[in-house]
Amino acid sequence: MALRDWPIKQKLTAMLVLISGLVLLLTSAAFAGYQYWSLRRTTRDALSIRGRIIAANSTASLAFSNDADARELLAALRADRHIVAAVLYDKGGHVFAAYPANGAGDVVPVAPGPDGYRFERGLLIGFQPVEEAGSQRLGTLYLASDLGAIYDTLRLSGVIGVAVLGVALLAAYLLSRILQGTISQPILALAETARAVSTRQDYSVRAPKLGEDELGALTDAFNQMLGRIEDQQNELQRYAADLEGRVEERTHELQERNESLRRNAAELLAANTELDAFAYSVSHDLRAPLRSIDGFSQILLEDYAGQLDQAGQDSLHRVRAASQRMGTLIDDLLKLARVTRAEIRTEDVDLSGMARDIAADLQRATPERQVEFAIAPGLRARGDTRLLRVALDNLLRNSWKYTSKQAAPRVEFRFGDANGGQAFMIRDNGAGFDMKYADKLFGVFQRLHSAADFEGTGIGLATVRRIINRHGGRIWAEGAVDQGATFYFTL
Amino acid sequence: MNPGKILLVEDNPDDVALTLRALKSHNITNDVVVAQDGAQALDILFGADGKSPVDQELPAVVLLDLKLPKVNGMEVLQRIRADESTRLLPVVILTSSDEERDVIEGYSLGANSYVRKPVDFVEFTQAAKQLGLYWLLMNRAPPVPRRP
Repeated sequence: MALRDWPIKQKLTAMLVLISGLVLLLTSAAFAGYQYWSLRRTTRDALSIRGRIIAANSTASLAFSNDADARELLAALRADRHIVAAVLYDKGGHVFAAYPANGAGDVVPVAPGPDGYRFERGLLIGFQPVEEAGSQRLGTLYLASDLGAIYDTLRLSGVIGVAVLGVALLAAYLLSRILQGTISQPILALAETARAVSTRQDYSVRAPKLGEDELGALTDAFNQMLGRIEDQQNELQRYAADLEGRVEERTHELQERNESLRRNAAELLAANTELDAFAYSVSHDLRAPLRSIDGFSQILLEDYAGQLDQAGQDSLHRVRAASQRMGTLIDDLLKLARVTRAEIRTEDVDLSGMARDIAADLQRATPERQVEFAIAPGLRARGDTRLLRVALDNLLRNSWKYTSKQAAPRVEFRFGDANGGQAFMIRDNGAGFDMKYADKLFGVFQRLHSAADFEGTGIGLATVRRIINRHGGRIWAEGAVDQGATFYFTL
Repeated sequence: MNPGKILLVEDNPDDVALTLRALKSHNITNDVVVAQDGAQALDILFGADGKSPVDQELPAVVLLDLKLPKVNGMEVLQRIRADESTRLLPVVILTSSDEERDVIEGYSLGANSYVRKPVDFVEFTQAAKQLGLYWLLMNRAPPVPRRP
């Protein structure tokens, strides 16, 4: 496992053990170095003291060339097992006496070296001048000691040091195990809390706070954050529940509305079917008696004219006129009903061409009239051709009719500005109407002129308005008595 | 010229009287056979209860009202067009209705003409005259298939 993946407890413990181990190691190394240096000095001092003592004791032997005494003196060095060799040189530098007696040749220099004590070739050696009190040099003493004493001490120190290090590391480990908890515990608690939050989505858990240090502050901040998240979560849940409720409510409402719409549609369909049947019946059955009334009145007029006086004939003429008028009324009402029921098929409609056709029809029907038609070219619209033809026919026929008493009748059809917008307009210079009755113009059976002046059923403009409305358009009129009228419509 | 008969299928006696008068006033003197409902019309054309028709000769034209008791005009037209012997018989629908669907259905079922009865008797007389002149005199009738 990579170091960075270690649990924080192990990291902290390892860190503390490593630091204390390193400190101990450095301290021990420094101490060992000092001890080594001081041991060498002590050992050298001791050897030089011993050299001086032996030199002082050996003056007599040298002075009197008593080598037996000298050997005995040197042999006393046996007591010190670290003394490797000792040699007395006479004044001429020749070996006078040596220890050990057999004289290990390799450690005994043939001639004395310069005075003084020094470490050489793994040994501590020293050349000590042997002098009498009168400062006359009698010879030289050579002493060689191995470094065993130093190493023994150092070894002991090493063993003690290692033992201490071990105990100290153990103590450091145990202590750090206990102390790291103050740091790792809050972190672990935080981690545990975070895990609980992320796995269970439970925002109500809180991390335990174990102190007032930075980790305590972190725990506080974390808990506050959790608190806010919990609040928001709760609010969100409330919203969601609220929303769900509202959606359900709306769905319910919609279903109810759909249901009522469906009912309405069914009712409407039934009503339409009924209306259809009614219209059909009116168309067929209401006209038949009219035909009889008109027909037999005519027969009376034809066959019994001689037996009827003027008043009687006049009455019959009135009966005929009334029945024919009723026939027209029925036809117009049926047209109005048909306009309401008809399905609208939207297509491109050439209104100019349509208006020209209607004008030609009118002219053909009443060739004796001279009416000037000014139809703007290129007027087009989107709508149902048949219905728009009915509307345009009604409007132009109206203009045709109401200009009949005009000396120079003129009917204009164009597209232009009107009432703040743009609209189609049909303008004539006919009888016109009083603007205060303008709102009655488009009502069924509403007429602004007497039948004696201008014939009509009062259904035509109602039909036109229904057609325009069914196209999503608007129709209105302006006029003045004897000043002509203008009909505006949009599609 | 051998002007044939007219079969007038009409349930309204007033309309029958007016039509007859209109035809007569224009000296269209052909025999007019009147059927007062669709069933009677079918009997006249195809014979009642499986018997042969009373008259072996087919009319020159059938003036057919639509709204009829028992069997309505459209059904009569259907039967006429379905039968081999009357398949080509000229049929003029003469009715009060000017509903578009009636016009479309009538032509779809093979009517030769569709005339709406005007309320104005003068116009009606004119229409009857035109019809009689056209179908009895001007129109070349289809060859009459031999009855089985």
